[in-house]
Amino acid sequence: MIDFELSKSCKSIRDMTHQAAEHMMRPISRETDENEHDKPWEFINAMWEVSRGTTMVGGTDADDKADAKAAGPKEPSERILRMCVTVEELCWGDVGLYLSIPNSGLGGAAVGAAGTPEQRRRFLARFSEGKPKWGAMAITEPSCGSDSAAIQTTAVRDGDQWVLNGTKIFCTSGLMAAEKSEGFVVVWATLDRSAGRAAIRAFVVDAGTPGMFVTKVEDKLGIRASDTATLVFEDCRVPLDNLLGSAEVKKTGKGFKGAMATFDATRPIVAASGVGVARAALEFVKDTMKERGIEIRYGAPLHKLTALERDVIDLEGEVDAARLLVWRAAWMLDNGIHNNLEASMCKAKAGLVVTHVTQKAVEILGPLGYSRELLAEKWMRDAKITDIYEGTQQINQLIIARRILGYSSEELR
Amino acid sequence: MVNFKPTEDQELLRETMKSFAREVIRPGAREADEQNAIPSELPAKGWELGLVQNSIPEEHGGFGSGRSAIRASLKIEELAYGDLAMALHLLTPRLFTIPLIVAGTDQQKAAWLPMFAGDSPVVGTAAFTEPAWDFDPQELSTTATPDGGNYVLAGRKCLVPLANQAKAILVYASAPDGLAAFIVEPGAAGLSISEREKNMGVKALDTFGVELAGVRVPASARLGGEGADVQPLIDAGRVANASMAVGVAHAAFDYACEYAKERQAFGVPIGQKQAIAFMLADMATEIDSTRLLAWQAAWCIDQGQPATREACLASRYATKASLEVADDALQVLGGHGYIRDHPVELYLRNARGIATFDAMAIV
Repeated sequence: MIDFELSKSCKSIRDMTHQAAEHMMRPISRETDENEHDKPWEFINAMWEVSRGTTMVGGTDADDKADAKAAGPKEPSERILRMCVTVEELCWGDVGLYLSIPNSGLGGAAVGAAGTPEQRRRFLARFSEGKPKWGAMAITEPSCGSDSAAIQTTAVRDGDQWVLNGTKIFCTSGLMAAEKSEGFVVVWATLDRSAGRAAIRAFVVDAGTPGMFVTKVEDKLGIRASDTATLVFEDCRVPLDNLLGSAEVKKTGKGFKGAMATFDATRPIVAASGVGVARAALEFVKDTMKERGIEIRYGAPLHKLTALERDVIDLEGEVDAARLLVWRAAWMLDNGIHNNLEASMCKAKAGLVVTHVTQKAVEILGPLGYSRELLAEKWMRDAKITDIYEGTQQINQLIIARRILGYSSEELR
Repeated sequence: MVNFKPTEDQELLRETMKSFAREVIRPGAREADEQNAIPSELPAKGWELGLVQNSIPEEHGGFGSGRSAIRASLKIEELAYGDLAMALHLLTPRLFTIPLIVAGTDQQKAAWLPMFAGDSPVVGTAAFTEPAWDFDPQELSTTATPDGGNYVLAGRKCLVPLANQAKAILVYASAPDGLAAFIVEPGAAGLSISEREKNMGVKALDTFGVELAGVRVPASARLGGEGADVQPLIDAGRVANASMAVGVAHAAFDYACEYAKERQAFGVPIGQKQAIAFMLADMATEIDSTRLLAWQAAWCIDQGQPATREACLASRYATKASLEVADDALQVLGGHGYIRDHPVELYLRNARGIATFDAMAIV
């Protein structure tokens, strides 16, 4: 039955998360933006204490099972939806800080999607014990981004080890995962450059593994509280069973597809982060208007609405639409329904919406919007990444188009 | 708990509407538009769908499944996919029956609903929109002035579907205590119905202007009695509008997709060109966005929650999205889109109407 009411547990975790966003993130939002490469350790440690081992910000295998047990056999899972709801709140607080919260992150998502149960236990258990840790995912290379089948980093078998060589860029939390904690990086590499996407595999490289180096931490437009690293692999050796899934290279390219399936789970979450930023900006605009006694007259006809009210109503429609698309994609995944199309739709939409909404917010707020005394300009800078990472707008359009037209990746390139 | 799956009953209903829209409505759409008339057999065939009788309570002779905005939203979208003018024709009696079911007094229900629960089509309608560029749904210029035990209605209405054959017209007007609606019977002194209107789109739908020159109705004709709040009906009209928009946009999108897969240029179907494919991808996303906003608002109505904000967001979004989608669909066809051999120009004209329609249908 069509229902837009969040479950009680979803609501309560949302409300709790909102408190954290309001009281732990917003107060340090500006200073972490201004001091790009200083890590907010007090915040990091506090978040580690409250969130480790939970699905608040990133899922683990243990949570899945606890969820399934608690929910009983007939209740559908709400894991991805709950993550989307909490991520929206956290990113309402600050998206850069959200990205810097210690957890298994995208690397964990890849292990969850492509790893065996044994691998999930081995790699993910660490995220509920000891000191703060980060997981990261390394796909992008200097010469390939969205076209991940063109990966140049190689993995060559040598006895009971894989030897990795190559350079990865734009690795979110790469510094924290590779050097500053006992986390790991999931590295995508090819077993055979001539075999294209069929030979692409993901390898887990533990922090501190010899041969893995952080050579650069990027200076960025936004999300400055989060580090974006360049990782170089020089004869970096990992155990054989650190390869996620099967090493056999088949023409079907199943390994690559498995890895790509990670995106069906992560795109709704990234989209939710965009919805959070968009909502922050829109709420700020509305609150500012309210201080001057301006309330939005929703039912009024066009000729009576001010241009400002029209803008706000349109932006609100955009934000609600993006959120509903996110919830749908998450709900599908939670219920075991293939959501490749819907995951790309919500990501494409949310990326556009958050970019547009935050830019309009800066415009509407005039000098207040442009000033670094307030957060609107920061939200606009933070927003843009949503339209780029985890698949650019255009890559998602491509995926949507292939799905709706029934074209293969050969037919629609 | 969040859920995006219609119930099995709703799915069944949706399938029924879908096949009716494709098999009965769609084949006659072009001819109906050219002739400014619906096919003569449509009302009888459409009546069998139970669009009107379903929601009427059993005690008043209906099937008693009650009013559900979500169910209506699903139905309206599917019918509008077939053809907007014919869908509106079939849905018109609901403009009278749904307000009665939702807000009518017991006497009003007993007096009027049984007539609409029979085996053959009966028409009722509503007069809401006014022929002015500064029409304001919240402050209608049509007035209802109390006079003894009566109200005197004065003003002008337009876009009143099937007014010429309606057994009753629900006239919306400004009463001293706010927005109100009144049941007016045909032949009432002071009531006159204009010549059939000529509109840009939905040409097959008979719409009329209605003039109320001091029409006197008893106080008992006021929907829901003194002080009844009719805002929820306006919200329900906006949700219907959004759902119609989804149907029209979806029809345009499907046609453009099929065309893009067949039409060859530079040795490949144009759908294999990103310039076209990305346009279609955006159209699909906008259609889904609009549908979900409509569902959200419909759900609020069914929950008994205030839905003015959600209905407004959905309707406004639908206005823009459906026009853009229809316009893009036409662009995908290029010159062929401009030719009346293809239905896309019809979808574009119909989509443009979404911005103008207010309470032309109701969920």
